[in-house]
Amino acid sequence: MVLLLSACAGDLSALDAAGPNARNVANLWWIMVAGSAAIFVLVGAILCLSFTQPGRHWLSARWLIVGGGLVMPSAVIAALVATSFALGERLLVHAEQAPVRIEATARQWQWEFRYPGSDGALSFNELHIPAGRPVDFTVTSGDVIHSFWIPRLGGKIDAIPGHTNTIRLLAEKPGHYGGICAEFCGEGHAVMRFAVEAHEPQRFTEIVDPLNASGAGQQ
Amino acid sequence: MDQPSPSSPIKLHHDLQAIWDTKPGWGRLSAVNHTVLGKRFIIAAFVFFAIGGVLAMLIRAQLATPRSAFVGPDIYNQLFTMHGTVMMFLFAIPMFEGFAIYLLPKMLGARDMAFPRLTAYGFWCYVFGGSILIAALLLGVAPDSGWFMYTPLSSSTYSPGINADIWLLGITFVEISALSAAIEITVSILKLRAPGMSIDRLPIMAWYLLVTALMMLFGFPPLILGSILLELERAFDLPFFDPVRGGDSLLWQHLFWLFGHPEVYIIFLPAAGAISMMIPTFARHPLVGYRAIIAAIIAVGFLSFGLWVHHMFAIGIPHLALAFFSAASGLVAIPTGLQIFAWIATLASGRPRFDVPMLYLAGFFVIFVIGGLTGVMLAMVPFNLQAHDTHFVVAHLHYVLVGGFVFPMLAAAYYWLPHITGRVSDHKLSVPAFWLIFGGFNMTFFLMHLTGLLGMPRRIASYPPEAKWEWLNLLSSVGSFLMAIGFALFVVDIILQVRFGKAFRRNPWGARSLEWATPTPPPAYAFASLPRVQSRADWLDPEDHAVKLAAGRGYLGFARYGWMETLGVGMIEGEPDQVIVLPKPTILPLWTGLATGAIVLCLLFKAYWLALLPLAITVTLLLSWTRTTGAQSDLGPLPIGHGQSAAVHWEAERPPSWWAMVFTLGADATFFASLLFGCVFLALIAPAWPPPVVVSPSYGLLALAALLMIAAAIYGRLALRDLARTRSPSAWLGLCALSHAGVCAVVAAVIASDIPDPTLHAHHATLFAILGYAFLHSGVGCILALYGVQRQRHGKLSALRSLDLRIGSLWHDYAAVAGVVALLAVVALCWSVGGRP
Repeated sequence: MVLLLSACAGDLSALDAAGPNARNVANLWWIMVAGSAAIFVLVGAILCLSFTQPGRHWLSARWLIVGGGLVMPSAVIAALVATSFALGERLLVHAEQAPVRIEATARQWQWEFRYPGSDGALSFNELHIPAGRPVDFTVTSGDVIHSFWIPRLGGKIDAIPGHTNTIRLLAEKPGHYGGICAEFCGEGHAVMRFAVEAHEPQRFTEIVDPLNASGAGQQ
Repeated sequence: MDQPSPSSPIKLHHDLQAIWDTKPGWGRLSAVNHTVLGKRFIIAAFVFFAIGGVLAMLIRAQLATPRSAFVGPDIYNQLFTMHGTVMMFLFAIPMFEGFAIYLLPKMLGARDMAFPRLTAYGFWCYVFGGSILIAALLLGVAPDSGWFMYTPLSSSTYSPGINADIWLLGITFVEISALSAAIEITVSILKLRAPGMSIDRLPIMAWYLLVTALMMLFGFPPLILGSILLELERAFDLPFFDPVRGGDSLLWQHLFWLFGHPEVYIIFLPAAGAISMMIPTFARHPLVGYRAIIAAIIAVGFLSFGLWVHHMFAIGIPHLALAFFSAASGLVAIPTGLQIFAWIATLASGRPRFDVPMLYLAGFFVIFVIGGLTGVMLAMVPFNLQAHDTHFVVAHLHYVLVGGFVFPMLAAAYYWLPHITGRVSDHKLSVPAFWLIFGGFNMTFFLMHLTGLLGMPRRIASYPPEAKWEWLNLLSSVGSFLMAIGFALFVVDIILQVRFGKAFRRNPWGARSLEWATPTPPPAYAFASLPRVQSRADWLDPEDHAVKLAAGRGYLGFARYGWMETLGVGMIEGEPDQVIVLPKPTILPLWTGLATGAIVLCLLFKAYWLALLPLAITVTLLLSWTRTTGAQSDLGPLPIGHGQSAAVHWEAERPPSWWAMVFTLGADATFFASLLFGCVFLALIAPAWPPPVVVSPSYGLLALAALLMIAAAIYGRLALRDLARTRSPSAWLGLCALSHAGVCAVVAAVIASDIPDPTLHAHHATLFAILGYAFLHSGVGCILALYGVQRQRHGKLSALRSLDLRIGSLWHDYAAVAGVVALLAVVALCWSVGGRP
């Protein structure tokens, strides 16, 4: 188990969650893995029995087709769809604090981040976010389609020219996370990465908005 | 007319052989026979599979180590684009077509497919289109925007070279082959069957192929439309996908996946059909749940068109809409699960025995079930947003496609090879080949699930060592090479069996379907006479049939007029209603394919005016196919044996070619509906609307065009009425052609006056496309009307022989309906952006 968990670590590992969004998905994943393993073993066992002990009454055709082909998948899928819909809704809302808004613009092959605040600070391939506070990323593209992805914080959203998409992510602790372009975008696709630094809120304000930093505490 | 007298089996064999056989030497190029062409399709598809496999090995060589310097990203992008493209379009689809073409007539108790020359033309289009793609690969200018060709990466701004044009034109060329096969398979299953084979007695594989072919008819048009629109943008700057001028890259994604998802089931269903034929043989029990399986196949067919958006969960669609597509994607697991359990139930109900095909099917069960389970995972939106575009998806799709197609096809190869060669297999190499392929496959792709969740995106040419993906990638690469060795062993095994297998008398597996009632290897005519089927056609006695049929004691057990004859039956009840006279071997399909290829090459090298020359040649050649069909006098009913008689097909009410036109128009209507969807989508969703200049259409001209379209349809019907009254239809046909020509002229005038610059904005480009659609349909209508005049002059028409005009009339009617809808759409689209008069 320890080995497995350490194998799941990594700068870009979706299983090494550092925020509620990614953690919910990672939990969903482990539940689905366990369920899938059970179903796989069950189907495999029935297949083996059909070969080794054909003609048994508990292997009757009707039982197999109705039970295995209709009831089992229907039940599993109904439960899964409901769960993941509820999960997806939770990923969407959930904001006790007003989210920070950061604009991310993708271009071949670079990420540009624009921060809120008086001077509209910019950074390239380096993203600063406050820890413990939700961030709304408004994502678009200046040329072809890219995809904005910080695996340890949560799912991805496409950067599409002419459209603006929003995704809300939250990093629980200060730290360093990896970000990467997930949609094929040409020759530089592999190198279109960005570094994510999650800071204590005070430090975040100092970095992105030095002019207002002194007054940040009074807001 | 008398029924020819019966003859000895040997004489019957020689007589039929003289009529049906393909000539040796250069005569091979004129082959139209399904057995010959089925084998050619299978071999060609396997060659492309080998090419795709080599590309896969190069990809794995590149990814085996971090920061690999084996190839650069420019080459790598070509490698993975071509791997996907070759495997999807040049391997999977043609391979199943080959199996269908070879097996279907024999399973249905017919002597050939409905349109043998179309089979040949499809084969040449496929080979030439595939060759263009492979030549581009060798020249280093292969497509490199991904097999999904997302705009704007594939548009001329970001892919200025010829690479993307090769994909768009080459694949569209190959799709001619896919669509013609789809029409042919549909009509052959519905019409060309043994007497007594009602729709509820079809061998289960025929049901699978019928649904598959219908899915192709409705699934391919959106992609063909997308390819045409993108090529129009690349070549003539019509901004369908340019977000600055009212286009939208998302339109491409919708059109592509509207095709792309059904495509997955188009690949899986034929393989599932093969499984449903093999399992009963080895279970020694009829297929359990035949009707439930048919319901499941039809359900899959419908569902597969309702879940394309699950490829697009990350494009920013509202969550509730995603939930709908998520549920639909999960739902498709139910009919699939039902089939799996029906197969298991068949085994459990019988006395199963093990043999090489079953070994490969066991591999199918393991791999496909895992692929299905990860598929359900991916249908869940939150998980999908993490796994999308990572190696997790690469793993999933290979589990589904290799598990759901390659393993069943390997089983099918071992199962039907004795039929093709007349030799039984021995098992020396097939077992180690299986374990290498199966073990290598799982080593490659099982680990890849984890690689993906550790954050490795798809389509990256290199990765840094600190990403922690190196061991997983190295193991995957090793596995892939083991798998490749397994496939090499399979090829050696097949060659050895073809060459050295022991001859056998008939039906080595004890199968219970009609294809085993032909001699093996099968003669070109398949059956010396056609059977009457009294029970479900996947559980009858082939030995009993074989003896009677070879002796000529079935239907059509004679050679008449040197004709290649088979029977047409009523779709539902399966009773004979016509004698179908099939065309002789001819080199015309090859010439037509070459001329079509010349059009593609002209477009590829941007010689647009020059392309009109091969276009004219292609149309002329296509029309000349019909010179040998039909007759100059009425024949009346012909004896077909067993004291029954039936009309020859050109005198019958609903011959195959009439149905072919119906299904062609169905595909055409899907194409048109996709076009209208695209126009509405752009007007509603795309950025940069409303347009700077709104078109105000010339209402008078549009009304005139509509009147002429309706007139053409009415003249087509009047021609038919006069022919039925034994008067010459030529005058009406002339008026019909004139009306169509008038439509073309008026529509061209509308385009010239109202849309002088279609590159201005997507508003103008979409109107141009809709009017272009109407223009083309009237152009074809004009040709068909003139063709009717020609047939009348050659004496091929009479009240009884009115088929040519009835097919033409279908076209004229469709052109009128679609044309009027197109004109109304033009008006509505102008009004929607404020262009009211």
